[in-house]
Amino acid sequence: MTLEKENTQVKNVLDKVTILYAGDSGDGIQLIGNQFTNNTALYGNDLSTFPDFPAEIRAPLGTLAGVSGFQINFGNSSIFTPGDLCDVLVAMNAASLKKNLSRLKKRGTIIVNTAGFDKKNLRLAGIDPVDNPLTNSSLEGFKVHEIDITKMTRENLKESSLGSKERDRCKNMFVLGFIYWIYNRSLDSTIDFLERKFKGKQEVLQANLKVLKSGYHFADTSETFSNRFEVKPAEMQPGKYRNIVGNQATALGLIAAAHRSDMNLFYGGYPITPASDILHELAKHKNFGIKTFQAEDEIAGVCSAIGASFGGDLATTASSGPGIALKGEAIGLAVMMELPLVLVNVQRGGPSTGLPTKTEQSDLLQAMYGRNGEAPMPVIAAQSPSDCFEMAYEACRIAIEHMTPVFLLTDGYIANGAEPWKFPSAEALKPIVLKVKDARAEEDAPYLPYKRNEDLVREWAVPGTAGAEHRLGGLEKDKETGNVSYDPENHQEMVKIRAAKVNRIAKHIPKQELDSGTTSSKLLILGWGSTYGSIKTAAKELQSEGVDVAHAQIRYIHPFPENLGEILSNFDKVIIPELNDGQLIKLIRDRYLIDAKGLNKIKGLPFRAQEIKEEVLNHLK
Amino acid sequence: MPEVLKEKEQKKLSAKDFASDQDIRWCPGCGDYSILKQVQSVMPELGIPKEDIVFVSGIGCSSRFPYYMNTYGMHSIHGRATAIASGLKASRPDLSVWIITGDGDSLAIGGNHFIHLLRRNFNVNVLLFNNQIYGLTKGQYSPTSELGKKTKSTPVGSLDHPFNPLALSLGADATFIARSIDREPKHLKEILLRAERHQGTSLVEIYQNCNIFNDGAFSTFTDKTNKKENSVYLEHGKPLVFGAELDKGIILDGFHAKIVSLKDDNVSIDDLWVHDETDRNKANILVRFFEDNATDADARPRPFGIFYQEERGTYEDSLSQQLEQEVELKGAPDLNKLLAGANTWKK
Repeated sequence: MTLEKENTQVKNVLDKVTILYAGDSGDGIQLIGNQFTNNTALYGNDLSTFPDFPAEIRAPLGTLAGVSGFQINFGNSSIFTPGDLCDVLVAMNAASLKKNLSRLKKRGTIIVNTAGFDKKNLRLAGIDPVDNPLTNSSLEGFKVHEIDITKMTRENLKESSLGSKERDRCKNMFVLGFIYWIYNRSLDSTIDFLERKFKGKQEVLQANLKVLKSGYHFADTSETFSNRFEVKPAEMQPGKYRNIVGNQATALGLIAAAHRSDMNLFYGGYPITPASDILHELAKHKNFGIKTFQAEDEIAGVCSAIGASFGGDLATTASSGPGIALKGEAIGLAVMMELPLVLVNVQRGGPSTGLPTKTEQSDLLQAMYGRNGEAPMPVIAAQSPSDCFEMAYEACRIAIEHMTPVFLLTDGYIANGAEPWKFPSAEALKPIVLKVKDARAEEDAPYLPYKRNEDLVREWAVPGTAGAEHRLGGLEKDKETGNVSYDPENHQEMVKIRAAKVNRIAKHIPKQELDSGTTSSKLLILGWGSTYGSIKTAAKELQSEGVDVAHAQIRYIHPFPENLGEILSNFDKVIIPELNDGQLIKLIRDRYLIDAKGLNKIKGLPFRAQEIKEEVLNHLK
Repeated sequence: MPEVLKEKEQKKLSAKDFASDQDIRWCPGCGDYSILKQVQSVMPELGIPKEDIVFVSGIGCSSRFPYYMNTYGMHSIHGRATAIASGLKASRPDLSVWIITGDGDSLAIGGNHFIHLLRRNFNVNVLLFNNQIYGLTKGQYSPTSELGKKTKSTPVGSLDHPFNPLALSLGADATFIARSIDREPKHLKEILLRAERHQGTSLVEIYQNCNIFNDGAFSTFTDKTNKKENSVYLEHGKPLVFGAELDKGIILDGFHAKIVSLKDDNVSIDDLWVHDETDRNKANILVRFFEDNATDADARPRPFGIFYQEERGTYEDSLSQQLEQEVELKGAPDLNKLLAGANTWKK
């Protein structure tokens, strides 16, 4: 659409902005969050998002428990986190304001839907009507914009044949249109989206479009804001970009690896939050020959993948902590049979059912040790939404080239978060070397399925290969024939071989690098996985304030990069921030015998950069 | 293809070609030996190259089976052979897949995967070795042990009502349901052949004597003196006749099956229930011939043979069709397009 006043409006140019959309879980908050994200990405800002929603699909309406939030941080330079505190808080009801006010900056902007502050909503939010934040003075110091969004939406759709519930459901579009105007955006990406989403549902489409535009025009004509704001596109490395969500990136990484290795992709899994979107994404691309199998339980999910791997497919599964616990025995079988298998754990708060929709890094030791017997396997971790692509691809490469199950750890934070991604071309992907056994003549010597190469990797002979018939299983194997062996010497040797095989993968992964700082810096912040953005932001801010710190983020955890010990030896002080009660720190202390200090947050939420900065400064006092 | 392989392909295989070089470690006198022998002897008749055959088992005495077959094989983990075979068959519809399982493996720890395998109807064969006892763990009762069974874990008798495996399978919509027994090798071999030919999941329950922990569990159906009185062998299109002198039959009176004597002047062989493998309702009645023949004087004979079979599309065929349809609908895969997604911008 054309924006008549576009060039006449006064614009305030900002470097970066953090907006938190909050409302009831039925208010369509995630949808407008995603829409604003895509629009922002296309506009050219760098960005990072943090969707935060309750585990209940329809938590009690209007209550604190039912509040759904979507935070986006966007700017004209590199953005690594969704932002500590927000500049703008959109609150669709009293509960969402109450729950999120502490996340708003001093003198921040609040946009409220006044209809969400009636007696009933106040009561549901546990607020006495006399303490209504819109009428008492508790919001003094903030810039508050009160709009009766519900009423405006209804007014707009007076003529619509939709039911009142359906009409009210459009109110999120009013907010989105309103915000689009404030940040000087085009409505086109959302109009395109609505036209696709409501194809064949003209009434619903027209209602949404009308309310979207009405929100936009209202912002313009009501003079709620005297100025529009603009965040200029960010300077980024030249190339082609798209917006990507972590789970989607993981799925694409698996598909790309199958494509590059010329294998069929098999995914066996069982729905679980927050991993299900990987299954959903893969199931969308069946024209790639992807076989997705929604199994009867977590165990069957991994077992079907093991069967497919035996058959010669690139076999994958994904789950979260509780599901991974169920898969444990079968993963041990894959370790024993030395078959390629990729297991993605999209970690969530634990133990047990824990906090299904909240993030945590507390399954690292489960991935390392959560199997009976000595059952080592590679463990790697993604550090951002787009990095899920690269690490899923790496998990497949390692599994195929080293004949082993591989754990990829992501978590709810990066799995649901989004960022711009400079995506690679298919041709630029690292090669994956797949070697499968050719048919053998009958008079050849007996086939030895556990014969190994210099990396201790055994051969892969898939059914259908004549002359290489063999039996695998969970019983201890003779070191060459693979036949059942109870020989004590053989068992000890096989345990050592399986461990050495995984350790030798260190020769085939990238060396550890410092993300910032130098080896002569006073302190090293050592992170792993999804804490990357928070630590990077903290480190950069500290460095710009003259504090000499270095930052390294580990993505390859087992085995560690070969040079990690050497890097660590340069630092007197090492701080390890983790979203758990101290897991990587155990591995680091065990392996390198250094006196690392932990910074542990176990609240189901990612780190704020500020929290890391404070800890670093405490250690440098 | 090397010459030598071409020759091999043409070579007629024998039962011996399907025996691996491993020593068999079942107890002497175990019913498993007989089943292994029949499976090895039926293999050459299938006309399938041995590299295209896979035996997958779980845990238990019977699950050692794949080690003794000179084909591809996997001795997996307890109860999961069905789930592993599902993934294998989905990935490789070209293979002949055989699942070897026992009453504990398939009906206790693996009960869930068992019923889901049957409803999905992968084209695989399930050989359920039922010995009504846990052998490998040395003699605890199993899900098919009779009520009141005294074992190490139930010294004063088990409290569990036993599963009727064939009724369970029919309830899970299995498309091929049969029963045989280790002591009737000819019958067993015939059933195995039919099982492989069936397109879909073929469930074959095989009564198997554990001579160490549950000796004689099926003696009612194997002892020469009374086996003919206690068992009826089903043949499609043939009347249900049994007895040492083939002098007894079954008639169907409404939904009730009754034993009649052919010596009775009022009953002729033409009045008897004629077995129809494709009749699901009758199969429902037949699988319920499950009284305790050792103690119940009115027990109906235990049926052996193919109770039921139907044609229903297999899971892997539907899967392949779906993938082809998606290529037609969305076009051949283009990884660059997929990586770029719907909206991109240049910097």
